[in-house]
Amino acid sequence: MGKDFEIVIGLEVHAELKTNSKIFCSCSTAFGAVPNTQTCPVCAGFPGMLPVLNVKVVELAIRTGLALHSEVPGTCKFDRKNYFYPDLPKAYQISQFDLPVCKGGYLDIDVNGQEKRIGITRAHMEEDAGKLVHQGDISTTPFSLVDLNRSGVPLLEIVSEPDMRSAQEARAYVEKLRSILLFAGVSDCKMEEGSLRCDANVSVRPFGQKEFGIRAEIKNLNSFRALEKAIEYEAKRQIEATEDGETIIQETRTWDDEKQVTRSMRSKEEAHDYRYFPEPDLPPLHISREWVEEIASLMPELPEQAQKRLTGDYGLPVYDAAILTLTPESLTFFDQCLLVYPDAKTISNWMMGDLSRLLNQNNQEISDLKFQPADLVQMLKLIDEGTISGKMGKTVFEEMFASGKSPDIIIKEKGLVQISDEGALLPVIEDIINANPRVVEDYKNGKDKAFGFFIGQIMKSTRGQANPAMVNKLLKEKLDSLS
Amino acid sequence: MELYELTVHELQERLSRREISSEEIVKSIYLRIHDVEDKVKSFLTLTEDLALQKAQEVDRVGSYHSIAGIPMGLKDIFCTRGVKTTCGSKILANFVPPYDSTASRRLDEQQGVLVGKLNMDEFAMGSSTENSAFFSTHNPWDLERVPGGSSGGSAAAVAACEVPFALGTDTGGSIRQPASFCGVVGMKPTYGRVSRWGVIAYASSLDQVGVFSRDVRDCALVMKIIAGHDPLDSTSADVEVPDYAACLDGDVKGMRIAYPKEYLQQGVDDAIKEAIKKALLKYEELGAIVEEVSLPHSEYALPAYYLVAPAEASANLARYDGVRYGHRDFEAGSVVEMFSQSRAQGFGDEVKRRIMLGAYALSSGYYDAYYLKALKVRRLIANDFDRVFNDFDIIVSPTTPSTAFKIGEQSGDPLTLYMNDILTVPVNMAGLPGMSVPCGFDRGLPIGMQLIGRAFDEGTLFKAAYAFEQNTGFHTMKPTLGVK
Repeated sequence: MGKDFEIVIGLEVHAELKTNSKIFCSCSTAFGAVPNTQTCPVCAGFPGMLPVLNVKVVELAIRTGLALHSEVPGTCKFDRKNYFYPDLPKAYQISQFDLPVCKGGYLDIDVNGQEKRIGITRAHMEEDAGKLVHQGDISTTPFSLVDLNRSGVPLLEIVSEPDMRSAQEARAYVEKLRSILLFAGVSDCKMEEGSLRCDANVSVRPFGQKEFGIRAEIKNLNSFRALEKAIEYEAKRQIEATEDGETIIQETRTWDDEKQVTRSMRSKEEAHDYRYFPEPDLPPLHISREWVEEIASLMPELPEQAQKRLTGDYGLPVYDAAILTLTPESLTFFDQCLLVYPDAKTISNWMMGDLSRLLNQNNQEISDLKFQPADLVQMLKLIDEGTISGKMGKTVFEEMFASGKSPDIIIKEKGLVQISDEGALLPVIEDIINANPRVVEDYKNGKDKAFGFFIGQIMKSTRGQANPAMVNKLLKEKLDSLS
Repeated sequence: MELYELTVHELQERLSRREISSEEIVKSIYLRIHDVEDKVKSFLTLTEDLALQKAQEVDRVGSYHSIAGIPMGLKDIFCTRGVKTTCGSKILANFVPPYDSTASRRLDEQQGVLVGKLNMDEFAMGSSTENSAFFSTHNPWDLERVPGGSSGGSAAAVAACEVPFALGTDTGGSIRQPASFCGVVGMKPTYGRVSRWGVIAYASSLDQVGVFSRDVRDCALVMKIIAGHDPLDSTSADVEVPDYAACLDGDVKGMRIAYPKEYLQQGVDDAIKEAIKKALLKYEELGAIVEEVSLPHSEYALPAYYLVAPAEASANLARYDGVRYGHRDFEAGSVVEMFSQSRAQGFGDEVKRRIMLGAYALSSGYYDAYYLKALKVRRLIANDFDRVFNDFDIIVSPTTPSTAFKIGEQSGDPLTLYMNDILTVPVNMAGLPGMSVPCGFDRGLPIGMQLIGRAFDEGTLFKAAYAFEQNTGFHTMKPTLGVK
């Protein structure tokens, strides 16, 4: 089923811009405050109140545009988007309609080693709405409460071209966009706090057909997983419907994460007429070339540049470079290690292996780490010097992760020093050989297992602290000398 | 002369000479109000206790600069902290703002004494004050007639000597038309001259705050206080405010005055045409150069206005949804019902009419044909004015095509009522300063002359208006508060 159909996806991503105050008033944007404590007559839509644009919002929008290779026109303007909802205090949202702050642009994604360029249509500034708090389900709640703390929080809506052809590509796009926004320092991109939200436009068409199919807009995609699952579900639904001879209608659908299905919210006929018109309370916004150039000159290193540095200067594989540049914290951690430890691949292996595993297991991020890059480096040096084995390193690393203690302290506390002294190891080896003459015979008869048995016994007797390479060498010498 | 009859500058002189106290003035004002308010019905709210307190405080300090200790009225569209602000609507009948408008705050900081909040057409939509959700205000020159609108309460109160001056707002003529009907001075300054912060919005790109007073000097004095840039209003202009008092020298020699021929046709009453012609002769007599000009696109101003203003109003008034403040229908069974019932019950007919008009003009598929077209017309109107101002300093016309009409006379016919603003609307569409000064009477009813100036050149309007006033004296006439 579905082999003959191509899936077409375009994404609208809302990123909350990282400002201290709201877009049109001076209320705080901090997350998680007591409801309605970060409000004022402006963001609560009181009579006679007027918006004053927060310039920082424009700066962050321009920075995003530059990071996405967009054009930043010399003039943009704000418009009113009209609709009634209890969480929208003015009953219109101040947004940008036909003259957005950023036009065009692109970003490159990599799926299964295949690079692809995804076009950006536009990015525009707008204010967030408040939120409703229901008693249980919205359809049965006896009343709803309105929290306007979020009302007026600045958002940048970034609209992609319909360039993606699979759920995987869509996910890669959002991941890449997220890393760009994080590196550019314009958004925290926390999906769970709603500072990164995503709607997907999904349609299907027979391969070879030029025209797009009728699209459905999918809302309520609150995680990368939901994004992928919803697109897969929706594409399958549309393909099956098409194969059954049904007509797909243009509609807005919502993702039900519990039931793992998309459900219709409203059809095109029921869609709002937002009656956009220019916001008369804000004059058109003029953006000078000088300002754009100044912002460009202060642009932090972006993922693409960092990846080039990692693959070019340090010879890391493209895959490693992509993972290490998912967040600025990850790259900073890597760079700080690299300052005092020259082996980029070893650092990368530890970060992508044990570190990444432990972070995932504990649902943490690099910013939550209790130890410093210097601790990891110290541990790597201890391995290199032979003080501890690589296997011990894993134990030390887990303890560093759990307690934040430095490797030398952990080694001392756990008695984890590697025995690399020939004089100390030889008597142990000799004792074990002498105690097992039958196994020596096996070894002589060419049984490989015998060698492993001796290694096991030696490690056991040294509580794993014997330097494995040295044990290998000494044991072989000793056994071979017996024949 | 009673204290309540004195102008702002006369009161100021007596206060600074310590001949009278602010408390005496305020008491005199309230005696007058209690005397005549039954007939005029200008006020929606009186703030007598607060006013007396403030007057006593000013007297205690004893520093009578500017308007310190002088009574004033505010159209009930200006938000006043702790004082009910209704905008003439049932939907805000119990709304008490937690903030002051910038304009009223500036007067308050100069120690002006707020006497009360003045009646108006609901949400400033109307030309007669009959659209007030509470009651109609009566014209002091003929109590059976309307005072004009939407700032009818302000105009009537100043004319009836209930306050020496008042603030109003003007979106299509809402200061100049009632000033004309009530025989007082009214100025609508340049768009952006006075902050709109805290002024309840009708049509944001047209609304402008202005002044009612009994002479030009008072108007200039109050304008000087309220004008100027406000960082809280992004449309307020950062243009220096000149010393308007210095413009009051009575000298119009060589001033180039244009009168647009279109403004003396369009069904303007003969008596009004006569009064304007006489006024123009007076200007010539005083040494001004007077010539006829054409403003060809003015005839499109009114239809364009009735697209732009309702469109903006449809969005501006959408916030009255019963959720956070204002009237709510508590019987409603759902959110949508709460929205629609609260609004159905809270808004009057004219407001609903304009919301419908505006929502229609903005709706998908009609935007280009209506709203966008109207914006283009607006540009053409502004170009007309620009062209004239290349060669002239001011433009003179009648303020209204007729004098005050009877209460109820036009209330059944919105289109006739809209014609009241035909001569004032173009000025708002172009964002220019406009002023109405008394220039005669027709059968006992005042006639107003409109002066239009270049953007931010209110000074020249004051100069011309003052010269006319000082050489004619219509401003000294006072109504008898009876029926003609």
